[in-house]
Amino acid sequence: MILELLTYLLKFIGIILLQILVVDNIELSSYINPYIYISFILLLPVTIKPWQALLLAFVCGAVVDALSSTPGLHIAASVLLVYVRIHYLRFATTKEDTESRIRPSMSKKGIVWFVFYCFSMTLVHHTFLFFLEIYGFQEFFSTLLRIIFSTLVTVLMIVVGQLLFYNTKISNG
Amino acid sequence: MRNLIFFIYRYHVFFIFFVLEIAAFVIIFRFNNYQKASFLNYTNGVAGNFYNGVSNTQEYFNLRRVNDSLQLENARLRSQQITSYYRNNISISNINDTVYKQQYDYIAAQLVNNSVTKRNNYITLNRGRVHGIEKEMGVISENGIVGIVMNVSDHYSTVLSLLNSNCKISAKLQKSGAFGSLVWDGGDPRYARLLDVNKHVPIKVGDLVITSNFSTIFPEGLPIGKISEHSLDAGDNFHTINIDLFTDFSTVSTVYVIRNLFKQEQQALEQTLPIDKK
Repeated sequence: MILELLTYLLKFIGIILLQILVVDNIELSSYINPYIYISFILLLPVTIKPWQALLLAFVCGAVVDALSSTPGLHIAASVLLVYVRIHYLRFATTKEDTESRIRPSMSKKGIVWFVFYCFSMTLVHHTFLFFLEIYGFQEFFSTLLRIIFSTLVTVLMIVVGQLLFYNTKISNG
Repeated sequence: MRNLIFFIYRYHVFFIFFVLEIAAFVIIFRFNNYQKASFLNYTNGVAGNFYNGVSNTQEYFNLRRVNDSLQLENARLRSQQITSYYRNNISISNINDTVYKQQYDYIAAQLVNNSVTKRNNYITLNRGRVHGIEKEMGVISENGIVGIVMNVSDHYSTVLSLLNSNCKISAKLQKSGAFGSLVWDGGDPRYARLLDVNKHVPIKVGDLVITSNFSTIFPEGLPIGKISEHSLDAGDNFHTINIDLFTDFSTVSTVYVIRNLFKQEQQALEQTLPIDKK
């Protein structure tokens, strides 16, 4: 149990550092602002208690907010993301999934399931985040483009990350 | 009562969600009134230290470019020195200068964090309260203006970059003196827009845009950029003007924070104005 908590803490620190130090510095275009830190939330176990997930999302958002000078935005977006995730997983998982306490990862649920899950969750998060960021609908279409491009890049990064790091580890363990 | 507890327990997930969202929005709304923002003051010290370590490492990769730009600036300053002017008058006497009194002085600072691709961009500087920086001071680079100080901790400060939807700077055209406000509408960090310039004002591509004297933050006449294209729609009262910014936000690394020495005097005077009762 302690070991599990410790690995989650390390993963959390790792993914935040990756977001802040690497991904935030990718200056491809102003339409591409990927936020891969949400993969920490997406990959939480299916059986985690909803209130724990919500609090974790709050903390995660607060840390990202503090480091990117955007008070509140990431908190609001990640808390919403977890709430949507709770309801999404209720429909998208089977009883065996819940009993074997899996994480919603690519190796357990298959690539189609995982990409669709990632895509819909990321779309919710980015839509909320970017419209909250410009605070209104005055730049509707440019924001829409930002959402679409950023979502695609975020999903691509998370999927590639899964292929690189998690696949072998999980099938061994 | 039991029913109420049962009800709350049954929907506790929704209630927790609701409370956390409310907390997030409280933080957002307090920030929107950004002069009163305090969230960043708490996190500024921690985040500042963190980014300082990061930028210490990154600085090595930029040394050559920084050296070049400093050399250029040195050359320009040297050419402005009194010793590089030919002295024309012979009689010298010490006169206590009452015509010119210094109003602005400049604090040099390094960027420790910066972004250009987000919709709302912020900059972190490695100078803070102990170095004399306060809220709402102007920040310029050697080429043009950069932004406005938003929050200050002891050793760091965060700057509202010009590339931010909350940033609106009063500017004017050097040639005609026509006023407008400078905003950035997202997209390319090299270009901004000048709004509210009346259609009767003659403008052309290449005209210089400078800071106006309406602002207490920037001294008058600092260069901002030059007009790269303009258009006037039929029936529109204002020009649509795109400005090519002089500051290259993606490479800027050393900046100067402007301290207005008369600011306290002006504020003290303005506080004596009767306040409107609503």
